[in-house]
Amino acid sequence: MSDTEKTPIVEVVGVSKRFPGVFALNQVNFAVYPGEVVALIGENGAGKSTLMKILGGLHRQDEGEIRIDGKPAEIRNVSDSLHLGISLIHQELNNLDNLDVGGNIFLGREPLIGGFLRLIDRRKIAEDSRAYLKKVGLELSPTTPLSSLSIAQQQLVEIAKALSVNARVIIMDEPTSCLTLTETNRLLKLIQELKSSGVSVVYISHRLMEVQACADRVVGLRDGRNSGSLEKAEISHDSMVRLMVGRNLDLKKSVTRNGDRETRIELRDIVSPFFPSHKISFDVRKGEILGLAGLVGAGRSELAMTMFGIVKPLSGEISINNQPVNIRSPRDAIQNGIYLVPEDRRKTGLITSMTVRENVTLPDLWNYATYGLVSYKRELLSAENQRQKLSIKTASTNTLAKNLSGGNQQKVVLAKWLSLQPKLIIFDEPTRGVDVGSKAEIYRLMRGLSDAGVFILMISSDMEEVLGVSDRIAVMREGMLTGIIEADDFSEETVMKLAVAPVKTAVQLAS
Amino acid sequence: MVAIFLGLFFGYALLELIQRGPADTFANPVFLGQANLLDLTRSIGLFGIFSVAMGVVIITGGIDLSIGSQFALLGVILAYLLVNYNWPWPLAVLTVLLISMMLGCFHGLLITRAKLQPFVVTLCGLLGYRGLARFISHDQTVGFSGDTTYELLRTLATGSVFNVPAPFIVFVVVCIIMGLVLHGSVYGRYLFAIGRNEEAAVYSGINTKLVITSAYIVCGFLTGISAILLGFYTNSISPASHGSFFELYAVAACVLGGCSLRGGEGSVLGIFIGTAMIQLLRNIVNLQGIDSSLEFVVMGGVILIAVVFDQILAARRRARESRLDIKAAPAEPVAAK
Repeated sequence: MSDTEKTPIVEVVGVSKRFPGVFALNQVNFAVYPGEVVALIGENGAGKSTLMKILGGLHRQDEGEIRIDGKPAEIRNVSDSLHLGISLIHQELNNLDNLDVGGNIFLGREPLIGGFLRLIDRRKIAEDSRAYLKKVGLELSPTTPLSSLSIAQQQLVEIAKALSVNARVIIMDEPTSCLTLTETNRLLKLIQELKSSGVSVVYISHRLMEVQACADRVVGLRDGRNSGSLEKAEISHDSMVRLMVGRNLDLKKSVTRNGDRETRIELRDIVSPFFPSHKISFDVRKGEILGLAGLVGAGRSELAMTMFGIVKPLSGEISINNQPVNIRSPRDAIQNGIYLVPEDRRKTGLITSMTVRENVTLPDLWNYATYGLVSYKRELLSAENQRQKLSIKTASTNTLAKNLSGGNQQKVVLAKWLSLQPKLIIFDEPTRGVDVGSKAEIYRLMRGLSDAGVFILMISSDMEEVLGVSDRIAVMREGMLTGIIEADDFSEETVMKLAVAPVKTAVQLAS
Repeated sequence: MVAIFLGLFFGYALLELIQRGPADTFANPVFLGQANLLDLTRSIGLFGIFSVAMGVVIITGGIDLSIGSQFALLGVILAYLLVNYNWPWPLAVLTVLLISMMLGCFHGLLITRAKLQPFVVTLCGLLGYRGLARFISHDQTVGFSGDTTYELLRTLATGSVFNVPAPFIVFVVVCIIMGLVLHGSVYGRYLFAIGRNEEAAVYSGINTKLVITSAYIVCGFLTGISAILLGFYTNSISPASHGSFFELYAVAACVLGGCSLRGGEGSVLGIFIGTAMIQLLRNIVNLQGIDSSLEFVVMGGVILIAVVFDQILAARRRARESRLDIKAAPAEPVAAK
């Protein structure tokens, strides 16, 4: 930016994008200069992924302009974006794991032989792939099936693919969320190599240490708007946090509740079928919110699914106030007052093609029925009641759930359980994809429930949320519980230290 | 759909009027004649009951392709029990219903426990049950003798009450009961919930395996009733052809009636109208003297047109609804400081 003579490869000017219910992007500016690594930071839902999806041709902006090499350009679809030299590597990898490595690299532009027969030239794929694989430091045969690769290796294949289309800008959306520390280090090194070969990288990450280690410039987004940028010299942990948070979410608790050690839900030696070699024991105390932190894939949702009876535990015991409960199915869990607000509300939390009313009454529909026939009046009464209590914004309780915004959908999921008698509510990523206003409301609701004596377990990958909302934090890694942090020791570092493999701390990486 | 049905009905009545002239038509109506109308309603009744059976499993996202073959198998069994073994008819009917429910339960368990696809499971049934029917009967046509002990069953299939064919009355009763079950009961809500999103239904504490299995049992029960009525209606059962392709009439009736083969959509009223439309079409094709080999061409074509038309209407309705929703709940701008 300091170098004003340079034209940016990609420039985004005043771009806005609306989704039903939220402004995902509001007049955002963003530029990538040749041969630099720009980090894009911001909280979940700040608009980072949306902005990158616009550049990658997956969304179209409602207003604003995209310039490539200073000239206005249209990105209508993915192939436009590729032709303009932009390669997007998704958060969830988009590889086809039924193909081999070479097949993935050349997917959609396979070299052909045999004239009109249009056969795929496998030999050429193998030869060409090998060169790109070498560039990203992957010592593999191009005919290796992709399904046999680790996530880190699959990611490198994606980068190789980007190189093979002569990408000038490679966008990496949360590339390290599933990587081990060694793999992360290797990726960061590769980014430096890409940079010195003239390829620009847009690096999206929540991991501020990584950003510090690799970025030349940092651009912040907050609630869909630009929140400022930092030059290389200004980049520090604190300055980045200011850029991301800025506003006060009122998360800082006035008092940390200590929780009643006597009344508690206790997990003893729970072994979930996902991680059969690890036993998990901890307790949730009355009046506290227990945070469950860890990286993606640490086994937190799997633990929640085990507690809720979606899968049966291999061994171990759950007891509520020293009364052991036997949970073999979600039905058992619900009967025992254990409820789950799942991570993916569109897939598992709600039936989006049913109305708000039908969703709210589904778990205890028998209570609304006489002789097996549902009373519409009683249903409506209960749904309206919940709608008011949780201030769910919807035209009517007979609106289909899919027409509600993310935050309001989440409240409907909650409403399902609140009309029953909850003992324990497990929140799995309660504010993912939820706008700021609803976020604060959901936190207030959780606190209110906790104060009313409901046990609360909150799984979250949002560091600020974990630190701000929890009274104690349990941390998991690769299926095991690595520690429980008391309120006095709360910090991003203590959580991270427990969440990543203890070989090397991430801070050493910066040096 | 109702409009299309009425259009077809009166359209054809009008056509007859024009073709044959008013004097002739009124003196001796064919389409609107009593015999033809009785015939039409009777076949609506006979075909409607198992179309509702099909609807129940289609709503859960499944299908039952074995219905037609079950007719052959159950018909043969019924005839053997009544004629060869001289069982009292209540016992024979009970046995047939029990067998059909067991077959449904068998399908349900294979689908929910062994996690096989409904299409595959019931396709095997389609092949297997017909084969079994032919084996049991040594591939010979079996019939019901003139024995009067089971006159009641015969009346249910071929008789009339106040000039309304008995099968149609049975069908209306089935519709009322199943309408209440599907659209008013807890069980019905569960069926729709499972059809729309089975995983979310599990997360809401619904025992989806039990509910799906029971849907196939209900389907089996209604299939059993249809099998008895159809058996007495035709009075003789040739195991190689009895009821063959009937499951496809049922699927067509469901689809015409607004069921989605993806599950979670459909209504008893829709299936009623769907069945009525298909039978009306068959009736018209017959009366027009169209070559019977062309019957399926006409029906296929009309069903396709109706479904495409319905899709277009549904898309428009959805577009209008989503516009209304945006107006009703305006997005709160995040701009608030």
